[in-house]
Amino acid sequence: MAGIVIIGNGVSGITTARHIRKNGGTQSITVISSETKYFYSRTSLMYIYMGHMKLEHTQPYENDFWAKNNIDLVFDHVNEIDFSGKQLKMKSGSGIKYDKLVLAVGSKPNKFGWPGQDLNGVQGLYSYQDLQLMEENTQGIKHAVLVGGGLIGVEMAEMLRTRGVDVTFLVRESHFWGNVLPKQDAELIGDHMTRDHHVDLRLNTELGEILNDGNGKVKGVKTKDGEIIDCQFVGLSAGVSPNVGFLKNTELEIDRGILVTRLLETNMSDVYALGDCAQFKEPSVGRRPLEQVWYTGRMMGEALGKTLAGKPTEYKPGVWFNSAKFFDIEYQTYGEVRSVVPEGKSEFYWQHDSEDVAIHLVFDSLEFKFVGINTFGIRLRHELFDRWLREGQSVMYVLEHMKDANFDPEFYRTYEQEVADAFNKEFNKNVTVKAKSWKRILFGA
Amino acid sequence: MKLYRQLGTSLGVIFVLILAGKMALPLVFSNNSLWLTTITLCVFLGVALFTYGQYAGESKGIKNNNVWFDGVSARGVLGWTMAILLTAFYVMLYWFPEYLGKATDQSGNWGIIALFDPLSYFFKGKPASEWFMYGTLYTIFILSLGIKFIVKYRHNRYQLVRTVVVMVSQLFLAYLIPEILAGLNYNDAVDAQGTYAGWYDTDIKNVWPLDYDFFNDWHLDAMQADAYQPLGMTYLFWGLLLFLVVTPLLTYFLGKRWYCSWICGCGGLAETAGDSFRQLSSKSTTSWKIERWMIHTVMVLVFIMTLVTLYGYFFEVYDVFGLSIYHWFQKPYGFLIGAAFSGVVGVGFYPVMGNRVWCRFGCPMAGYMGIIQRFKSKFRITVNGGQCISCGNCSTYCEQGIDVRSYAQRGQNVVRASCVGCGVCAAVCPRGVLKLENGPEEGRIKQNTVLIGADLDYLDK
Repeated sequence: MAGIVIIGNGVSGITTARHIRKNGGTQSITVISSETKYFYSRTSLMYIYMGHMKLEHTQPYENDFWAKNNIDLVFDHVNEIDFSGKQLKMKSGSGIKYDKLVLAVGSKPNKFGWPGQDLNGVQGLYSYQDLQLMEENTQGIKHAVLVGGGLIGVEMAEMLRTRGVDVTFLVRESHFWGNVLPKQDAELIGDHMTRDHHVDLRLNTELGEILNDGNGKVKGVKTKDGEIIDCQFVGLSAGVSPNVGFLKNTELEIDRGILVTRLLETNMSDVYALGDCAQFKEPSVGRRPLEQVWYTGRMMGEALGKTLAGKPTEYKPGVWFNSAKFFDIEYQTYGEVRSVVPEGKSEFYWQHDSEDVAIHLVFDSLEFKFVGINTFGIRLRHELFDRWLREGQSVMYVLEHMKDANFDPEFYRTYEQEVADAFNKEFNKNVTVKAKSWKRILFGA
Repeated sequence: MKLYRQLGTSLGVIFVLILAGKMALPLVFSNNSLWLTTITLCVFLGVALFTYGQYAGESKGIKNNNVWFDGVSARGVLGWTMAILLTAFYVMLYWFPEYLGKATDQSGNWGIIALFDPLSYFFKGKPASEWFMYGTLYTIFILSLGIKFIVKYRHNRYQLVRTVVVMVSQLFLAYLIPEILAGLNYNDAVDAQGTYAGWYDTDIKNVWPLDYDFFNDWHLDAMQADAYQPLGMTYLFWGLLLFLVVTPLLTYFLGKRWYCSWICGCGGLAETAGDSFRQLSSKSTTSWKIERWMIHTVMVLVFIMTLVTLYGYFFEVYDVFGLSIYHWFQKPYGFLIGAAFSGVVGVGFYPVMGNRVWCRFGCPMAGYMGIIQRFKSKFRITVNGGQCISCGNCSTYCEQGIDVRSYAQRGQNVVRASCVGCGVCAAVCPRGVLKLENGPEEGRIKQNTVLIGADLDYLDK
């Protein structure tokens, strides 16, 4: 029996497999990957480089988990898919038949046609192979240039700094992670990178070309303004795009990613796609057609697992949330905080005088309905923000109950009343912060 | 910066060399006060230099850089060397103290133990015992490496408060107060009639069953000795109260962390001196299985040993079912568990098996509190909705070998008998997923079949 075959053992593919079993699916399941034999957490690649963990520590399940759950792992690469014959042609020469196929093939770092982008020493960071390459490419180097102001860029900066490599970070926008973070938030991160970690952050700076040392290796970069920066390594972190090259020129409908319905079905029957490589034909309200973060990959896997176990379930993301860590600053976000405040919305920003602690609230200008929050250096309870956003609470309600939501370790200084006072002053309100209530936290009301 | 670290490490090596020199070349190292001061300075200065070299240039935050590249923290040559030296030290301490310099005749102490004579004379006017030497070194290491820990986690107030308490507990409760009491003839003293009045444990936090010989006849007798009153009886009642009332109450409200990672001496050493080895504990489900069997077996053994001991004490007999209480119960427990397990393996194996081998696999006190923590306590590590990215930092740095990630990634609160509440999992989490807290028992263990973030329809009702 051919059963379900999943290409890709990242969080999307693996969550699908696990949730088929969780929901009672008994079909045979095969997961194929040419990256690593066992599922590891892609988000912790940086920690392997920094020496916090080894590859084995980043694997969320013990090696016998897969056999116990009757999930076959195949360490091989899919060269081609024969959709009509329902068969995969493998690099090893063998063929694998499937009844149902799940494409969880992930994405690839963007390269925007910069001259020199394929030189030795120029790379992105996405896969375990990229990490090994980075280890090789950065041996004994003095200076690195990172291109593109996103999350991978700041991770690479942190990684390189632990090896004492000087880092110049080229960011095209006027502030760091400009398409996502509001300016105040980005400046907080930018200051932290520059002041505490000695990263040479160049805003409004675009890469022109990458310079060849004559032997096919990078020796520097030239910005669009003509400045030359010497370096022995260039990290590309200008986003990722779906890894669909090998599927072009097939019957599969592809735009930027593999086009899918809310049920994660492609245009071919019995073929599904999810995670980084999928593109929704009709995204949910307020969501993007491509969602390429860990959490959405996992949630899509939860939905598809259920579908494949016989309970058709659409991908219906709830309240948006995300998190990251920029060097030492933890970041969480719930709801919608855009880089620029949209029409009809207002914002409130509070930052601590001396610590890297900040809070950014967005709400409806007229009704003060709470829309979203970014926090830096403050941990928040996911459950409460999920609830408050679903309930449509006001920003005053949120501020009043911030002690319920604080998730910092015990004994931490917290700033609820200070924040509320600043808000009261700016918006002429009189929010008084309520004491923490376990009853409200656990049972609402 | 590297230079400072190397200087620090060199002072550590000099510390070991002086101890070795004291054994091999007694004439060269004849001035005990001088060399005791020197080794103490070596430790404090060495740790200070190392800490400076490691963290001075770094911003505050989690800095586990190079942990798995370094020989000491990743079972390299240095790690194994330390394990062998430590193990050898413990073997001598427990079974061959004469090789460390304990007096065997009238000529007095020599070697390492003699180094501590001046300090012992200062406190109580008599030469050092091997336990005085050990207690002093133990305190020195908790204090010096405690400072390193504080600098490393200076951004984290939970770690700050906890570590200060651990250091103060060791310095005052375990070390200074007992030594001063002995100096005042409230312990280990000769009474008015000129007979030795016995020794009892005056560390108020050392509680049965960790303090396994609390109910031994010599210990009970010492606490009742006239020379030590009213202090002796106070300690006897406090010991009973601590085990029967205080421990269950505090464990109910706070989890076993109030003891294990806040005031316990074994825990204190593990959290400070052992911090560099926390990542070496095994996280496999097999070791979890072994752990549950072992720790509860030791607990049963100490109960049996103690019951038999009390039976012997009250009925004034030396045998039970024809078996000698001393030879069949007290001595084997003391040898196997008290010395071999908690000392030799417990600390000697830090650089190989992690810093909590004893606390995880052996300690009966931890076993006792673990049962309370698992079934009747307000303590839990709350998992924050769907924010986990399965990175593995929490599991890797859990000294108790709990696979914290397996809970975090399925949105289930961590309620485990073995958790000592050190808080490092929450500290190393890059996404704010874990929080140690005491809350209502209702809803303490929850599991979301589908994590928060997706539509509520996903939840299996």
